[in-house]
Amino acid sequence: MVADGSHALGGMASRDRGRANAMQRFARRRSTIAFLMTLPLLAIIVGLVAYPAAYAIYLSTLNRRMTAFAGTLNFELLFESDTFWMVAFQSCFFAITAVVLKASIGFWLAHMLHHIPDKGQRKWRGMLLVPWVIPPALSTLGWWWMFDPSYSSINWLLAVISVPEVPWLGHHWWARIAIIMVNVWIGAPFFMIMYLAALKSVPEQLYEAAMIDGASSFQRLRYVTLPMMANIISITVLFSLIVTFANYDIVRVLTNGGPRDLTHVFASYAFQVGILSGNIPRGAAVSLFMFPILALCAFFVLRSVTRRNKEQM
Amino acid sequence: MSATTAGEAPKGIYHLAGSLRKERRWALLTAYISLVIAAIIFMAPPFYMFITSLKGSGEIASQIGSPWLVRDPTLENYTAIIFNPLFQRFMFNSIVITLFVVALTMVISILAAFALARMRFFGSQVLATGVFLTYLVPDTLLFIPLYQIVGGLGLLNSIWGLILVYPTLTVPFCTWIMIGYFTSIPKELDEAALIDGASWSQMLLRIFIPVALPGIIAATIFAFTVSWAAFVYPTAFVTTPDQMPLTIGVVSQLVRADTFAWGQIMAGALVAALPPVVIYAFLMDYYIAGLTAGATKG
Repeated sequence: MVADGSHALGGMASRDRGRANAMQRFARRRSTIAFLMTLPLLAIIVGLVAYPAAYAIYLSTLNRRMTAFAGTLNFELLFESDTFWMVAFQSCFFAITAVVLKASIGFWLAHMLHHIPDKGQRKWRGMLLVPWVIPPALSTLGWWWMFDPSYSSINWLLAVISVPEVPWLGHHWWARIAIIMVNVWIGAPFFMIMYLAALKSVPEQLYEAAMIDGASSFQRLRYVTLPMMANIISITVLFSLIVTFANYDIVRVLTNGGPRDLTHVFASYAFQVGILSGNIPRGAAVSLFMFPILALCAFFVLRSVTRRNKEQM
Repeated sequence: MSATTAGEAPKGIYHLAGSLRKERRWALLTAYISLVIAAIIFMAPPFYMFITSLKGSGEIASQIGSPWLVRDPTLENYTAIIFNPLFQRFMFNSIVITLFVVALTMVISILAAFALARMRFFGSQVLATGVFLTYLVPDTLLFIPLYQIVGGLGLLNSIWGLILVYPTLTVPFCTWIMIGYFTSIPKELDEAALIDGASWSQMLLRIFIPVALPGIIAATIFAFTVSWAAFVYPTAFVTTPDQMPLTIGVVSQLVRADTFAWGQIMAGALVAALPPVVIYAFLMDYYIAGLTAGATKG
C-alpha cells in the first residue's frame, strides 16, 4: 500500500517533473542557442579586448627586456620625465579644445541647416559631410601638404589678406593649433549630423508655444532646444571625447610628435616608445593612462544621462 | 517699417508679425552665409588635393601665381599611381581585408544582436554592458598588447593579422546598431512566427533580417568605412609594403623623405578615398538614419 501510494505519488511527481523538464529543456535550448549566437561576440570582447587590456597591465609591470617583473618602475620613470607630463597636458588640451570646438561648430551648423527649407538640406548636408567621409589619415595628408613650409597654400591665402607667414608645423604652438584645426575639420560634421537628427525630433509645438509666450530666439534655444537635446549632446560629446583623446592618425601624419616631441599625445607617444623604440612595457604604461581618464568621463556623462532620463519619467 | 509709417494703424499684432517675418528672413540669411562659409572651408582641403593631383611636378615646384589654380592640367599623376604595382597591391590588400572584416562583422553582430534583443538568458545584461565598455578601451590602448599577441600567433606583417584584429573596431558599434533595430521590431511579429512553427533560424532569416534591412545597410557601411580607414593597427603590425592596406601604404610608402612626389601622393590619397565617398554618395541616408537612431536610443 505504502509502496503503491508512494509509487503513485512518485509517478505524479515524475510526470510533473517530466513537464518541468520539457519546459526546462526548452528554456535551456533557447538559452543555449542564444549563448551560441553570442559566442563570437563574446570571443571578440574577451579575447581581443578584455584579455589584451589585462595583458597591457601585466606588460607595464615588466622591465625593458620583458625578462623580469619590475613592479611600478615604468610608471615611476614616466612620472619623473618631463616629456610624459607634456604629453599628458597636450592630450588633455588637444581633446578638450577640439571637442568643444567640434561641438559648438556642429551645433551651429545643425541649427543653420535646420533653418533652411527642407528641399535644400540634403544637398548641403552632403557637402558638409565630406571631411568626415574621407579616411582621416588620407585627408590629413592633404592638410600636411597645405601646411608645407615652403609651398603652404594656407600661407598664400593669408598673404592675400597680408597676414605674415605662419610656421604651421615648425613651431610647437602652431603645430598644436594645426592638429586641433585638422581634428575639428574632420569631426565637426559628425556633431552636425547628430544634432540635426536631435533638432528634428524636437516637437514643433514646443516652439510655437514658446513663441506665443513671447520667447526670444535665444530663450527658445536656451529653454526648449537645449533641454530637449541634453542627452544626445552629452552622449555625442562622450563619444567624441573618447575618439579624440585616443586619436593617433592626425599626429602621426602631421607632425609625428615633432617639433622636439612637443606635440605628442598619449597614443602617438605610446607608439613612439612602445613600437618604434621597442620598449613595449613603457609603451603599455603610457597607453594605460588613457583608460582611467576615459572611464571617469564616461561615468560622469552617463550618470547625468540616466539622472535626466529618470527625471523625465 | 510699414508699422512705423502707418502710425495710426493698430500697432500690436501687426508689429509683432512684421518683426517675426523679419526675424525669419535674417535667420535664413545667416543660415545661408554660415553654410556657404562652412562648405568652403570643409571642401577646401579635398579641392586642393584634387588641384595638386592635376599638376605636373614642374608646376608644383614653381611658386609663381596661386597654388589653388592649375594652369595646364595633366592626368599623369593618376596614370602613374594606378599603374604603380605597389599601389595596386595596397588596393588589393585593402579590398581583401575590408571584404573579410565586413562579412565577419555582420555575421557576428547580427547573431549576437538577435540573441541579445530577443532571448533573455543568463548574462545577457552583462554582455550588453560589456559591448558598451569596449568603447572605453580604444585601439590606441590595445595595439601594444595586441602587437605581442598577433606576434605570438606569427601574424605580424600579414593581412590575416589585420583581419583578426579589425573586428574589435567594428563589431561593438555594429552590434549596438543592430540591437536598436531588432528591439524596435514588434514582438507580435515573432509570436506569430512562433505559432506558425518557425524555428529561431527561420525567424532570424525570414523576419528579422528583411525587416531590419536599413539597419543592416547602416551597419555594413559603418564596418566598411572603419576597416577601410583603419590606421593604428596596420601602422603597428605591418612593415613590409606588400602587406600594407591603402591608408598606411599611401602615408608611409609614397611619402619618401628625400623626394616628395606631391602630385602622386595627392592622386593616391584621392583614389584611396574614393570607395567610401562613392558609397556615402549613394547610401548616405541609410547610414545617417542608422547612426542617429542608435544614438537617440542609447
